[in-house]
Amino acid sequence: MLYREAGQFHTSYTSDRQLFPLKQDRIGMVIMLLVAFVAIPLLSSDYWLSAILIPWLILALVALGQNILMGYAGQLSLGSAGFMAAGAFACYNLILRVPDIPFLLAVLLSGLIAACIGILFGLPSLRIRGLYLAVATLASQFFIVWALDKFGWFKNYDPAGVISAQQIVMFGHTFASPAEKYLVVLSIVAVLTLLAKNMARGSTGRAWRAVRDMDVAAEVMGLSLLRTKLQAFAISSFYCGVGGALFAFAYLQTVEPSAFNIELSFRILFMVIIGGIGTILGSFLGAGFILLMPVFLNILFHAVAGHAVDATILSALEQIIFGALIIIFLIVEPLGLARIWQLAKERLRLWPFPH
Amino acid sequence: MINRIVRLIWLGISAALIALPLHAEEQYFGIPSSRVGPYSAMGTGYYGGIIDYLTYVNLKGGVNGVKLTWSECETEYNAARTVECYQRLLNKGNQKMVVFDTLGTPGAYAVIGRMAQDQVVLAQYGYGRTDAADGTVWPWVFNAAGHYWGQIGVKLAFMAQKEGGIPKMRGKKIVHLHIDTAYGREPLPAMRQFAKDWGFTLIEIAIAPPGLEQQSQWLQIRQERPDWVTFWGAGSGMNSTAITTAARVGFPREKMIYVTFGGAEEDMLPAGDAAKGTYVSANAVPGDFPLIADIRKVVYGAGKGNMQNKERVGTVYYNRGVGAAIMWIEALKNAQAIHNKKGKAVTGPEFRDGYEALDMSEAKLKELGVLGMLAPFKLSCAKHDGAEKWRMMQWDGKKFQLVSDWVNPPNQALIRSMIEESAAKYAKENNLTPRSCPPSS
Amino acid sequence: MNVQFFIEVLVGGLLSGVMYALVALGFVLIYKASGVFNFAQGAMVFFAVLSFVGFMELGLPFWAALPVTVVLMVATGMLTERFVLRPLVSQSEDTLLMATIGLAFVIEGMAQLVWGVDVRRLDLGIRDEPIGWFMDSTGILVSQLDITAGVVAGLMVAILALIFSRTKVGRGLRAVADDHAAALSVGIPLKHIWGLVWATAGIVALVAGMLWGARSGVQFALIGIALKALPVLIIGGFTSVPGVIVAGLIVGAAEKLTEVYFGPMVGGGIEGWLPYVLAVFFLLIRPEGLFGEKIIRRV
Repeated sequence: MLYREAGQFHTSYTSDRQLFPLKQDRIGMVIMLLVAFVAIPLLSSDYWLSAILIPWLILALVALGQNILMGYAGQLSLGSAGFMAAGAFACYNLILRVPDIPFLLAVLLSGLIAACIGILFGLPSLRIRGLYLAVATLASQFFIVWALDKFGWFKNYDPAGVISAQQIVMFGHTFASPAEKYLVVLSIVAVLTLLAKNMARGSTGRAWRAVRDMDVAAEVMGLSLLRTKLQAFAISSFYCGVGGALFAFAYLQTVEPSAFNIELSFRILFMVIIGGIGTILGSFLGAGFILLMPVFLNILFHAVAGHAVDATILSALEQIIFGALIIIFLIVEPLGLARIWQLAKERLRLWPFPH
Repeated sequence: MINRIVRLIWLGISAALIALPLHAEEQYFGIPSSRVGPYSAMGTGYYGGIIDYLTYVNLKGGVNGVKLTWSECETEYNAARTVECYQRLLNKGNQKMVVFDTLGTPGAYAVIGRMAQDQVVLAQYGYGRTDAADGTVWPWVFNAAGHYWGQIGVKLAFMAQKEGGIPKMRGKKIVHLHIDTAYGREPLPAMRQFAKDWGFTLIEIAIAPPGLEQQSQWLQIRQERPDWVTFWGAGSGMNSTAITTAARVGFPREKMIYVTFGGAEEDMLPAGDAAKGTYVSANAVPGDFPLIADIRKVVYGAGKGNMQNKERVGTVYYNRGVGAAIMWIEALKNAQAIHNKKGKAVTGPEFRDGYEALDMSEAKLKELGVLGMLAPFKLSCAKHDGAEKWRMMQWDGKKFQLVSDWVNPPNQALIRSMIEESAAKYAKENNLTPRSCPPSS
Repeated sequence: MNVQFFIEVLVGGLLSGVMYALVALGFVLIYKASGVFNFAQGAMVFFAVLSFVGFMELGLPFWAALPVTVVLMVATGMLTERFVLRPLVSQSEDTLLMATIGLAFVIEGMAQLVWGVDVRRLDLGIRDEPIGWFMDSTGILVSQLDITAGVVAGLMVAILALIFSRTKVGRGLRAVADDHAAALSVGIPLKHIWGLVWATAGIVALVAGMLWGARSGVQFALIGIALKALPVLIIGGFTSVPGVIVAGLIVGAAEKLTEVYFGPMVGGGIEGWLPYVLAVFFLLIRPEGLFGEKIIRRV
């Protein structure tokens, strides 16, 4: 009833292919953006903004980048944290060394730098596939972090080997409070997400999917594999790079290269799979699950069992339950959390009448 | 099923958000423990020691009647989760955290930028930013239990003593074998300076983490035939592997000096007999000091101990945790005295003043029952590194034997000037104006 | 160039390579039989050897603790098949991979819950110091543990290769890996086969864990050795048992030689990424690894 498509006719290709073909989706989107941009900054505590929402948005953006490569273009890659590191350190050095560079331009350029590195490490994908490619891309992960760690220039020769991200200054205003940082992150993430949705639905996305489903067939049909694959690597690394810059500037502030270790790459991979491969929404849901579930379990256990049970046992139990939840979710819905949402929408279409 | 899970989670969150009833005479602490994962042996011992001491103080009537309360949060030694823990622990009801200790450099760096704004003390117990010793640039960061530059100085002095004096160090060869991260390279600036001044050759060899495989590094060492090896590793896997691999290439363990983060029972035991003879520098010495014995009696006697394995009470990590908690409590006492708040909770800035007023004289340490376990030291507004002293120990196959008293690093003025130079560079880069400190202190 | 030192490094590298191969073997076993990349293999290594040491601490002697641990690992394998894999039959590779990631969390948590987080020592009674007469006569450092590891790895590879190529079970395994549904439809008992493979992988994990544990101590960090096994896997080919040994030797020798001879030029520590770069080069020449099954692609 509430979610009805009947009566909405598309009279032109343009309207049929638009980003949100359904009226309900358009209204829902506007409400969501209003909540995200107005209600949340006004109502949330600093804890929610700076410990939950900011990292969630940033990691969702990176997961989106990973999803473009893995879900849309079908190139399994494990180097996302390496590209994040590239973006973060590029942004630091740009602001440090280029006088008066605007923050947004610096973030954009760091994304581009990450994209260039992504193209370089994407070259093997022209010959290697599947799991082999995934392990091969670990080379980028280890090499980038090693190089950043090893050469002092990237860190402006800090004796502790870390960078301290500069203040975010835009239009003469310093974005320092959690709410302000949240808005910066949210704006960038929102724009890039719409862009991704747009790419995914257009010819770029179709080319990616063709390559994913059968690259030989795609080539026969006249798609350039070289171009399509490398484009996917570039765009994916761009998203990771921007995410990395935000991770350093809006979240951690003081960063050492090993903060972008392989564990982070794995976590981003988990986000994509548990959220739903090849879906935009899945990147957000997956990031939420992997990032926030351990936190909620930790809060829950300490609230329920608190001082009564040994804390080491609690921590181990949290791990077990987290793992079990992953397995349960996959058994219930192997296609990820985004699929659950899709099924719910289909139910809504009929609700409250069963037939 | 899913519904039930979701409901459970929300129940938990709301339960967590309902503030506990508060009394004015409670002082709240946040404890970011790491009880699972690769650093769990360290985390359980250290935070167990801290919690046991807090419990001990409570059982003895609190600090001038102020009861200590605390919340724990699991970080898994992960930077992102440390940030979340920090933010979560920061406020509890209407109380605010006054001190934070991540027991590790990655976590410390992840929150170091936030702490000045939030006015919370970052107490680095022998790790983290060395140049935080300059309190004019780092008003909220302390390394009261020493830092890496002082530590390497003490090790070199120890070698010189074994070799028969600093002049004998000329022409000697020292390998710095380190984990290939910022932490592993941290002592290098000081070491290079000493190498120049004393005339020994310094060879730097890196191990890629996690370092469970060190054959190539030790073959290089065998080839170089150094007189000493200073080992700077992290995690008991890397630390014990270094010992077993040294044994495999026949390098004498009596010529290896371990860093504090490799210098615990947990790092020696897995290597078995091969570990015998290894030297370690310590900022908290293991053993049954009067306070530790009393904790065992009072806290464990009442069944309120935090350690799963009681055998570990009195080991290196445990005593280090107790040492850290002692500083918190002494700082709290000072803060109450300075700000005329005896029997009341203090705020972050007040606690900081109390921390800067720490004066752990030998008499004080004796009174606390930890004389010999911790080094005596005194902090001030400008000087945030307390005990630059370290103590050398040697593993005898079963436990650590003390082989030196508390030793100061040689050429302290040099180290201090390097610290101030580094801090000034940091201040300049980040447009900080160093605060001025009263000259007397 | 000092020839003796070169040989020393080379031999050291080859010996390390054998240790990597031991871990990689578990991955190959499961991938070959079920087409699953088992992310939980590192956790299984940790759990297996930790349980073994734990049983010994409870007072069981060596010869009793070993079978008890084997039974435990077999049970773990069976339970995994029943509660994780069976509900996910014929799902995509990615989904199965994610399920093993969940499994890794469960096993890690379980290990620490049951046995605690203390670091332990494992004494197999095999000395890990250079054998004196061998060193004196040839100048090469080899320890008893090295030789044991080599023999054990060789034996395991030989046995597993025989099982896969010569027995009915082995044929069934390969059929299952090719296509779950098709294998089921021709009457291959999928449940038994998967249970069996996971149980075997558990035993392989125990052996690898015991040798690594004897050298580095029994502790959480053992999970990290799985990362060392990945380049070995792709160079050898995910589906080849003998490939693992060859690739292990290649990776071990190459990484030690480059670390010793080229590492110092850039400040060392290149071992972390070198095997992966090496793997990329191998894959550019042979995209399915040295011994992997050639992938035939049709439109």
